Amino acid sequence: MSMDRPAGAMTPGQWLGRVLAILILAVFVLFFVVPLIWLVLAPTKTDRQLLLDAPFMFGDFETLAANWESLVTFQKGLIWTWITNSAFYCVAALAITLIISIPAGYALALTEFRGRKALLAATLIVMLVPNTALVLPIFLELSAFKLIGNPLAAILPFSFFPFGVYLTYIYFSTAVSRDLLDAARMDGANEFQVFWKIAMPLATPVIALVGFFNFTGNWNNYFLPYVTLPGKKAPIQVGLAELLSNVPAFNPTNAASTTISLSALALATLVAIAPVLIVFLFAQRYLVSGMTAGGTKE
Amino acid sequence: MTTIDNIAAAPARRKGRRSIERAQGRMGAAFVSLYTLFLLAFGVFPALYAVYLAFTKKGAFVGFDNFVKVFKDYRFWPAVEHVGIFLVVWLVMLVVLVVLLAVMVHAIGIRWLSSGTRFLYYIPGALAGASSVMLWLFVLDPTVSPVAPLLRAMGFDSLVSVVQVDRLPFVLAVIAFWTGAGGWIVVMYGALNNIPKEVLEAARVDGAGPIRTAWSIQIPLMRKWIAYMVIMSFAGGTQLFVEPRVLSQASRGVVGQDYSLNQLAFLYAFKQSDFNGSAAISLLLLVVALGLSVYFVFKGGLFERA
Repeated sequence: MSMDRPAGAMTPGQWLGRVLAILILAVFVLFFVVPLIWLVLAPTKTDRQLLLDAPFMFGDFETLAANWESLVTFQKGLIWTWITNSAFYCVAALAITLIISIPAGYALALTEFRGRKALLAATLIVMLVPNTALVLPIFLELSAFKLIGNPLAAILPFSFFPFGVYLTYIYFSTAVSRDLLDAARMDGANEFQVFWKIAMPLATPVIALVGFFNFTGNWNNYFLPYVTLPGKKAPIQVGLAELLSNVPAFNPTNAASTTISLSALALATLVAIAPVLIVFLFAQRYLVSGMTAGGTKE
Repeated sequence: MTTIDNIAAAPARRKGRRSIERAQGRMGAAFVSLYTLFLLAFGVFPALYAVYLAFTKKGAFVGFDNFVKVFKDYRFWPAVEHVGIFLVVWLVMLVVLVVLLAVMVHAIGIRWLSSGTRFLYYIPGALAGASSVMLWLFVLDPTVSPVAPLLRAMGFDSLVSVVQVDRLPFVLAVIAFWTGAGGWIVVMYGALNNIPKEVLEAARVDGAGPIRTAWSIQIPLMRKWIAYMVIMSFAGGTQLFVEPRVLSQASRGVVGQDYSLNQLAFLYAFKQSDFNGSAAISLLLLVVALGLSVYFVFKGGLFERA
């Protein structure tokens, strides 16, 4: 393509096109990155500095510490409760998800049983339905079972992860050959040993992949826990929106005695996304392979 | 792959082979049992329960009464309109910009620059739900925004003026684009990588410039992925909830609590204690999502594997 040929070979038109392309790419880099940079810097400033200083100036560490202090003392450390809740729900759901998805994906890919095709089709269909579509029906169901407010009201729905089953299915059907499993059977391994001793040691990449998507998706889930886990049981995403109602700048009529400053709210946002952001930074290649898993083979 | 039926139809198999098949069948069924249970409990059953609730009132069958009530609600059609306009704006933005950016990123010859750009594009994907809206509250508030001069140049001097209802579809589309576009750019980039180098080289020898190549070769070959993106985004977009909810909270009511359909379903369930009406709205949304999903699984060809 024109972009990787030596500059001398370009006509003025090509040169202009190239400059334009670089410009557009750069503008979008700014579009995607500027809000994040601002978010990282905001907690180092006071509200006054936020309003008056240049947006990309670093404040100072004392202010950061003060904002942190005001955030963690807000309603006696409520933010820690929210974060602990999030961690509990997401880790428990992650464990259950792996326990149910990995064997299911393996069975769909490498064994034959009655109803396999139907289950596979159902998995694909449910996987493409946005999970918010079932939130209110699931709420109604959970409330019929008196589970609203119980941690299970988040953990159980979070653990139903058809996309994980699909990823595992794709992985086992491409990365593990049936011949290998048959060879183990010839050597006298029973079906469970075949799974546990042959397939599982090869499954580390897909376990990481499923875990990544499950954890990040659940951590960021707002709608479901918002309706099923009110009050002190709420995870951090719901808590974050809760904090918003204590920010006088956005709610001037708020008469609450303890308020949250804008920079403390920015800090809370940063804290809320930190786990996912860290996972993102270290696991970017999983994202790519996971998102393209649907159509790698035609 | 062989199925149970044609295994059974092959009588000449050895006995040992048979017992292995049977053991496999038993274990396969055992391995999917827990998952099937979850699929029933959190996929199938809630959907059926919503159907039941949507067509009943206090346990008695009422036909389409709940739907008629919802359709007559003065808040319903505006919500449909809000979500509809948002979807149009967002999908157009998504298709045009994602394809454009993917093709341009793909054309970057320097490897680290190309992967670095893609990385920067999809980092915002880490923020979803409440946290991304929260961040955008700051970005859209001219008093603290990092792009305040830009907002002021466009004539906005407060958050409330930015999130006026007629402008909201654009605001929501920008937020959704910021969060999700990077992931799709990565996907499209992958699709572009699957186009053989020789094809592109041949086009170049024939005198096709980058625009012609993109239009006649690359975009047609990405079509399936573009369709996938549109369908997924459409289904997801109809579900709009957290974004208008948080904006509603922050804009002193400029954005209504009944802006989107899911918000309305929420109000039915929690403010009016009308689970039947709530289920009717949820069911309408579910039918749209399910219809798109079924269509795509069976017609889209993206999952032709098993």
